[in-house]
Amino acid sequence: MKSSTETPVAHATRQDPSERVMYRILQILFVALCLLISTHVVGLRAADDLGALVDQLGAAKLSEMDERISALAKTGDAKVIPVLEALGEGELYQRKSDGKVFLVKAQGADLLLVDPVTGTEAGQAPKAAMQKVKVNNAVRRAVRSALGGLTLFSDDAGARLKAAQSMLQTPNADALEAIETAIAAEKDATVRRVLDEARAVTLLLSERGDDEKRQAITLLAEGNGRNGLAVLTSALATADASLKPDIEAAIARIEQTQALWSAGQNVWYGLSLGSVLLLAAIGLAITFGVMGIINMAHGEMVMLGAYTTFMVQEVVRNSYPALFDWSLAIALPLAFLVTGAVGFAIERGVIRFLYGRPLETLLATWGLSLILQQSVRSIFGPTNREVGNPSWMSGAFDLGGLTITWNRLWIIVFALAVFAALLFLLKRTSMGLRMRAVTQNRRMASSMGIRTPWVDALTFALGSGIAGMAGVALSQIDNVSPNLGQGYIIDSFMVVVFGGVGNLWGTLVGAFSLGILNKFLEPYAGAVLGKILVLVLIILFIQKKPRGLFALKGRAVEA
Amino acid sequence: MITSFLMKSLDRSILVVVAILLGLAILVPALNLLTAPDHPLHVPTYLVSLFGKYLTYALLALALDLVWGFCGILSLGHAAFFALGGYAMGMYLMRQIGARGSYGNPLLPDFMVFLNWKELPWFWYGFDMFWFAALMVVLVPGLLAFVFGWFAFRSRVNGVYLSIITQAMTYALLLAFFRNDMGFGGNNGLTDFKDILGFNIQADGTRATLFAVSALILALCLILTSAIVRSKYGKVLVAVRDAESRTRFLGYRVEHIKLFAFTVSAMMAGIAGALYVPQVGIINPGEFEPGNSIEVVIWTAVGGRGTLIGPIVGAILVNGGKSIFTAAFPEFWLFALGGLFVLVTLFLPKGVVGTASAYFARRRAERRAQTGETPDNLAVEPIAAE
Repeated sequence: MKSSTETPVAHATRQDPSERVMYRILQILFVALCLLISTHVVGLRAADDLGALVDQLGAAKLSEMDERISALAKTGDAKVIPVLEALGEGELYQRKSDGKVFLVKAQGADLLLVDPVTGTEAGQAPKAAMQKVKVNNAVRRAVRSALGGLTLFSDDAGARLKAAQSMLQTPNADALEAIETAIAAEKDATVRRVLDEARAVTLLLSERGDDEKRQAITLLAEGNGRNGLAVLTSALATADASLKPDIEAAIARIEQTQALWSAGQNVWYGLSLGSVLLLAAIGLAITFGVMGIINMAHGEMVMLGAYTTFMVQEVVRNSYPALFDWSLAIALPLAFLVTGAVGFAIERGVIRFLYGRPLETLLATWGLSLILQQSVRSIFGPTNREVGNPSWMSGAFDLGGLTITWNRLWIIVFALAVFAALLFLLKRTSMGLRMRAVTQNRRMASSMGIRTPWVDALTFALGSGIAGMAGVALSQIDNVSPNLGQGYIIDSFMVVVFGGVGNLWGTLVGAFSLGILNKFLEPYAGAVLGKILVLVLIILFIQKKPRGLFALKGRAVEA
Repeated sequence: MITSFLMKSLDRSILVVVAILLGLAILVPALNLLTAPDHPLHVPTYLVSLFGKYLTYALLALALDLVWGFCGILSLGHAAFFALGGYAMGMYLMRQIGARGSYGNPLLPDFMVFLNWKELPWFWYGFDMFWFAALMVVLVPGLLAFVFGWFAFRSRVNGVYLSIITQAMTYALLLAFFRNDMGFGGNNGLTDFKDILGFNIQADGTRATLFAVSALILALCLILTSAIVRSKYGKVLVAVRDAESRTRFLGYRVEHIKLFAFTVSAMMAGIAGALYVPQVGIINPGEFEPGNSIEVVIWTAVGGRGTLIGPIVGAILVNGGKSIFTAAFPEFWLFALGGLFVLVTLFLPKGVVGTASAYFARRRAERRAQTGETPDNLAVEPIAAE
């Protein structure tokens, strides 16, 4: 069409200016008209084609669906996406009368029909008049990979990345050309890396030559190989004899790297568990260290902290939704104050009458823990409460072969920060000096003019407050229920006993070593048996070192 | 000779309690079996079993009192010994079901058939014989306590440290028994018992007999502990409680003394568990729950530790209260129990029995002071400050 308009222009050059202007206007009009008509016609034809293709879906047998879906995907039309999505969801129906296929939404007893190509509503029909387009898992798989291919060319880099990842996970030899075109066009380095891997995986399944396949194998062996391993293993069965040694070497290499990464992942899980243990135990460690008493209600302080977070999030959600990402920052000091105040009240109301009788203190605080649990159960109900993750704490990222979730990472950072703050408090402030003096020798400290009851009350409030802050962190990874605290209490005791009393470093080392030990035992012994083994090991360890890893030495503690 | 032994080893209050227990052992079954259901004094069978359960709890509390009240060892793992005894008895009762289980396997209990096990695990051998099961009821908890205590006391783990590791022990056992491949029925435990020594376990007569046996064994254990406590060994036991280092410096092997008390106490707890299971009809890993062990401590504390009678009274009082409370106001039971822990430790450190006997002792002393008599030898001082 364009060429037909060019010839008159060539003529017009020899005409006079006024005519030329006139001609130019006509020419533009003509071009515009032509374009309009042509796009319209082409559009109509495309729509018709699409419609026909979609209608064929309805008539196809399950075995033919694969072909029909790839035919649809080959059009590369964005309109295909909702159709395929609906097919995957089982929302595609065929009208029995004329065999036309529609997107369908349930509306009362009837079905609301939507034209799949134009997206306009096409009236209603009773359920009896429609027949669902059959879907099985094979069809769903085909839909997924077709959708992946379609979104490979999206403008949004995030969508492209997702598509590339889905191609990588469910490789499909038909998509090879699409991936190669996409690689040529791709500018984003991250997406490109995933695409390269997806290409290698796909290529192995295709009919390409051995040299290309060998290159693909090398590429897969170098990557972290999570997807490569499965493809290589299945390729091994069908590959030519010449390729087999390469594939075997690549598999061995991938398995080796994977073993390394999984050890790394275990360390990471262990650090994560250790940080949780550290948070839960550190408050216990200072009350036990300074006052020599066991606070069985410590777990309930953690629980109160978690419920404080819940309350803060409720208020924020209802009144200032924009502040939701800050809700944890608001909850942190509040939880510290709330649980600190409860701890202070417990110390002044109960514990101070029981000094010198540690076993009775243990019983009284156990009683308090029952009361606190039941109070929370009466107020908030026995079910789990929903505490949301702020956006900066949700999701995960990959670090080499490790998958690191943001909330775990932040909790480790938070636990270490709390630890550092406490260390500073104990070593660099006058309050800390007094606490250490009382820990080492209560009577001597008292003779030196330290008000030991006051130190006790503040220590207990501090320990409880830290438990509350731990609760804020744990609300992000655990169920917020009245029983939250009970799950941590025995583990926290173990950490304190293992690490040694009166020494924060002992708690740190104890928490992380127990966490890592637990996670390394888990793959071999299973989660439960691993935990039992850890408990038995601690019981045996206590025999050797009754005062823990880092025991305070001196006469005062022997009493 | 036996009477003189009894008279020497028991003081009057213990004798009174033993007499009451023996009376109950006759009276309650009689009222259950010999009176018509509409008779005003008739005791329904469910009550017989309920009271029987309280008596086994009382035995468990008595066992704890021996170590806590007289030796100062606060064990937070006594429910573990109780549950182990219970499991031994449960295994015997399981084997007695024989081919009457849902799967009709003459050898394997139902849950093993369900898990597709082909043969009986070695540790289930012998449990078809009552004498063997009865031996295990005492031996298994006793052995565990012996090994555990030998390690713990030898390295002088004491005070709250010991409490915590006993708690860790019962927690570890809880996790272990929850596992299906342990071979103890996993989560569901052992249940669906049919008969014991050939008698139908549901029958009124069996229930009444079990009650009588519980009362009898409780009385026997009370006599035994009383004898232990009033012997020369018992005096050393109290010395360990009150001044461990001093006793050691005087030349006593403190760890041996503690170990003996701990092991005997665990065996008694095991017997209590074995009596508990046929009356309740089920044993599951929930019995290992650390909270249960701590509850035993509060029964003992409410009754009065170091009094032997106190734990029996306390166990019956608290559990009776629990039965009434959980039926009437289920919401408030934990408040009541928690409050009990706090109030008893704060205001009633000697417990009900200890406070009452201290009150009567003071009254007697006042009366004597008026009449000018000299006081007779006082019994073991129930409580000393730690």
